[in-house]
Amino acid sequence: LLGEEVAQYDGAYKISRGLWKKYGDKRVIDTPISEMGFTGIAVGAAMVWLRPVCEFMTFNFSMQAIDQVINSAAKTCYMSAGSIAVPIVFRGPNGASAGVAAQHSQCFAAWYGHCPGLKVVSPWSSEDAKGLLKASIRDDNPVVMLENELLYGVPFEMSEQAQSKDFVVPIGKAKIERQGTHVTLVSHSRPVGHCLEAAVVLAKEGVECEVINLRTIRPMDIETVEASVVKTNHLVTVEGGWPQFGVGAEICARIMEGSAFNYLDAPAVRVTGADVPMPYAKILEDNCIPQVKDIIFAVKKTLNI
Amino acid sequence: ASRVMVASRNYADFASEATFELKKCDLHRLEEGPSTTAVMTREEGLHYYKTMQTIRRMELKSDQLYKQKIIRGFCHLYDGQEACCVGLEVAIKPTDHVITAYRAHGFTYARGVPVREILAELTGRKGGCAKGKGGSMHMYTKNFYGGNGIVGAQVPLGAGIALACKYFGKNEICLTLYGDGAANQGQIFETYNMAALWKLPCIFICENNRYGMGTSVERAAASTDYYKRGDFIPGLRVDGMDVLCVREATKFAAEHCRAGKGPILMELQTYRYHGHSMSDPGISYRTREEIQEVRSKSDPITLLKDRMVNNNLASIEELKEIDVAVRKEIEEAAQFATTDPEPPLEELGNHIYFNEPPFEVRGPNQWIRYKSVS
Repeated sequence: LLGEEVAQYDGAYKISRGLWKKYGDKRVIDTPISEMGFTGIAVGAAMVWLRPVCEFMTFNFSMQAIDQVINSAAKTCYMSAGSIAVPIVFRGPNGASAGVAAQHSQCFAAWYGHCPGLKVVSPWSSEDAKGLLKASIRDDNPVVMLENELLYGVPFEMSEQAQSKDFVVPIGKAKIERQGTHVTLVSHSRPVGHCLEAAVVLAKEGVECEVINLRTIRPMDIETVEASVVKTNHLVTVEGGWPQFGVGAEICARIMEGSAFNYLDAPAVRVTGADVPMPYAKILEDNCIPQVKDIIFAVKKTLNI
Repeated sequence: ASRVMVASRNYADFASEATFELKKCDLHRLEEGPSTTAVMTREEGLHYYKTMQTIRRMELKSDQLYKQKIIRGFCHLYDGQEACCVGLEVAIKPTDHVITAYRAHGFTYARGVPVREILAELTGRKGGCAKGKGGSMHMYTKNFYGGNGIVGAQVPLGAGIALACKYFGKNEICLTLYGDGAANQGQIFETYNMAALWKLPCIFICENNRYGMGTSVERAAASTDYYKRGDFIPGLRVDGMDVLCVREATKFAAEHCRAGKGPILMELQTYRYHGHSMSDPGISYRTREEIQEVRSKSDPITLLKDRMVNNNLASIEELKEIDVAVRKEIEEAAQFATTDPEPPLEELGNHIYFNEPPFEVRGPNQWIRYKSVS
């Protein structure tokens, strides 16, 4: 594991607490503030099968190193016709936090999800986080794992099975968190929780939402979404990132192209972050992220109730 | 090893080896430098000669094929710089690692890829070393990581390979090359810092051919002492036109790294006869006279030839025979490269991922799908 503050500080968000103490300097490496440099170093080490995990303190800083992620990591297997693999994981918090303002709040799901050669995962629950991280490290390809700072402090129940040593969550498979019949809510990361909250409120009004947790942005499990839309005939996508060219836009495009289109009783609807750089003042920030009320509103609009 | 047809003289007529005086290297933060004398055996000389000549003729053939539009896109030729890649290769082990930028054909050959596979990759055929999917700038082989198109990006990669070498503890090192143009990239300085901090077994090598595309070093760098740019990293400036100088310097640098002293920097002063790439005639920012002067006074192959003949390590006829053999090999390789078929369309979707079950990849519209196997 390498990155800023991952070793002696126990991780900027304490995610790597205890690891340096247990594994030492050889395996847990504090880097200087040199994203482009240390990301390239991590990618080079991956080419020789060291299987590094490269942490970005937030994905906003990955922009400085994005050339190494895309051009050096994602494309190399293809360019070399399979002779050089890059088994690496890039991970860190992504998207909006609380009061960190414009330069520290961007969601990169769409940017990384755009690129062939990468896998992109986005955990919501503890089970997702553990299972996807293990699967990502074991994967022989470059994986971008988009965590969420606000979720770091949220506890989730974990089954016995999920707590077992070799538990993995397969990359490329979505999970239906809640069964429903009237509308399909598709989301990833923190907004999955908002969808479930919205589903509870809507259930009192007799609307049963099916909530799908994508878990993986690329390769996207559109089949699970399609099967759900065939059942519910209504689709609402929910994400924290900006609307233009976002995850929701991709889902809508694929639904249109696929078998589920003919089962839609209304156009698919997207709930996203507001199309502005993130402001600081709480009242402004709160209105820039998709809230439970926004999801409920979108569901009622699409169901025409 | 190469089998060489010997002319009418006997082996006994030649010396088995000779000793040569080398130009002293400029040193930075080093008390002593590489040896200023080098011993070269007859076998070594013949090997260096054949290898450099093969690279020379391969690059000239690429020039020809490019002008015939059989090679397309980018093509950055290495003729003039042969002593660098050959001198480096013979000073390290096959288990050591090498990474460079886009002017990579010479290294690709030196690291073991046959000429026919290099030329076929340039012509985009299925017999190319990357099955036609990489092209000029993306050729790889065992312990050779390309072939990298983004200027300077290969430098952190090389340090990462060195980090893995240190981790695995097999006494391997990584040669990380870049040009005088790339030397001003910020990520290289980030890499110097981390390589020195963590004592990575990395030899940073700046191939200074005096021009970054059309910009001379004087116009690009506040300090053109590239061997000093590593600041806290010891450095040496080497005559990159002399294959023995490069060899000795590399041996010195390799020893430094293997002894656990951390990274070291070598600046190889060299020259490219061609322009930056095939779209650059190479004479708008430098004079024909300058190019001609280097060719007549410092050509690496001529330098080696003269040394060998003057020291009775080989005869002119013998070297001419090698030239003939090399030309033949290049012709056959070019023949292969121009007749081998292009990769099948099915190849389009392959190798997106490594070690992955087959899946489908989208083509230009939703109905066109390609299978992707890894």
